[in-house]
Amino acid sequence: MADFISGFWNMYVMVLVALSILFCVFVLVSNMTKREKGPVELHGHVWDETLAEYNNPLPRWWMYLFWITIVFGVVYLAIYPGFGNVNQHRGQWAQYDAEMQAAEERFGPVFAKYRDMDVMAVAADPDARAMGQRMFLTYCAQCHGSAAQGAKSFPNLTDSAWLWGGEPDNIRETITNGRNGIMPPFGPALGAEGAKDVANYVRSLNGLAHDSLRAQRGKEGFETNCVACHGADAKGNPMLGAPNLTDNIWLYGSSEAVIIETITHGRNNRMPGFGEFLGEDKVHILTAYVLSLSKK
Amino acid sequence: MAQSKHEKVERNVFLMIVLTLLTVSVGGLVEIVPLFFQHSTTTAIDHKGNALDVKPYDPVRLVGRDIYVREGCYNCHSQMIRPFRAETERYGHYSVAGEFIYDHPFQWGSKRTGPDLARVGGRYSDEWQRVHLINPRDVVPESNMPAFPWLDRPVKADDIQAKMRALNKVGLHKYSEEEIAAAPAALEGKTELDAIVAYLQGLGTAISNFR
Repeated sequence: MADFISGFWNMYVMVLVALSILFCVFVLVSNMTKREKGPVELHGHVWDETLAEYNNPLPRWWMYLFWITIVFGVVYLAIYPGFGNVNQHRGQWAQYDAEMQAAEERFGPVFAKYRDMDVMAVAADPDARAMGQRMFLTYCAQCHGSAAQGAKSFPNLTDSAWLWGGEPDNIRETITNGRNGIMPPFGPALGAEGAKDVANYVRSLNGLAHDSLRAQRGKEGFETNCVACHGADAKGNPMLGAPNLTDNIWLYGSSEAVIIETITHGRNNRMPGFGEFLGEDKVHILTAYVLSLSKK
Repeated sequence: MAQSKHEKVERNVFLMIVLTLLTVSVGGLVEIVPLFFQHSTTTAIDHKGNALDVKPYDPVRLVGRDIYVREGCYNCHSQMIRPFRAETERYGHYSVAGEFIYDHPFQWGSKRTGPDLARVGGRYSDEWQRVHLINPRDVVPESNMPAFPWLDRPVKADDIQAKMRALNKVGLHKYSEEEIAAAPAALEGKTELDAIVAYLQGLGTAISNFR
């Protein structure tokens, strides 16, 4: 730092620092009294009729402590930034760069080992999986859960269902650039009754309790409104992130009320991209780890 | 006995006060005052002189920031990533002074019961932030963060113009009269949840997230 708007401030700091140190030296020197031979002089004041105070020199060891602080200050300013613009290249950022450099030398080969390996091979490597798990707990667990079990609106990564495809390249793409899954609202098109019918039809596809009359009516609504994304067989479309509606795996819940809510208001779900933050090497290992969760 | 210099200072209270003030002010004069005259602490650049994409707070984020302060988020969350690898691996690029030029007061904090939030912007989806604020356990079962269920209510918008005028007095960014006039409309229909999520999603986005 120290990119002052003018050279004056550089001088200002240096002069004040130098003057302060010199002043401390002056104060110390002017108080370095030696004990004189003979009786010790008294301070002039007396309390409680008889209580007086000897005017002894300051203890030596105590004075030395002050000298040590001055020496420390001068040595510090000679090594680290502080004296105006001097030693700027040894500041905290340079130390950080050195730390990162050392880490790169230590961990670079570890990442390099996996960089050219196939994702499936990395997923089979116990060390890589251990690394992947630590990264997962740091970067992914907040949404997907510490056991990758997911939560409402955050996908479970341990099952066999994939919104955007479960191939290595799909997963890598998801981690790198994130995903934005949008389902438009169908409340206006279907109406309250229509939405309830479609919800019953969707439940019937999964073998869940449903009103068969409504499900029959809902089939029609489904074919008009839903097949474009979820497909005629309702098995979904990973290109669009449209979920399979027949596998009884639910992102928001399987109750009639939740399905009606989804149909009526739509959904807008987003996973942020982590490619820029994590870099390719970490994304590679995380991809393998996520794969290993479901391919066991 | 002649009065020593030492005694003179001790016996004159006024002189003692003046000399004490002079002594304790040296630290501030050397360490604080020069910061007011540095490019990297007063303009939107980082410590290497690169431009930062720092945006002044719009009314919604401004209200969100006040909610952050009101709820005492700073008691558990810092907004200051230090230049150590252990921090940048987890949170992203370390914080630089130029990122905070529009913060009055800044929310750096020093207590980390929860994680640092300096670069939380964009790290989670808006939906996650909402669910998490209403009840953190819904998304992070292990969390010990308190729930803030009352945030789902309309923002208090009647003092936004006064706030912006006050910031014009102390801040680097001067809101124009048009911006101030348009502020209440921008808050129309917003909940406190909307405001604080907007604030959180803007944190730390002025600099590339890459460590």
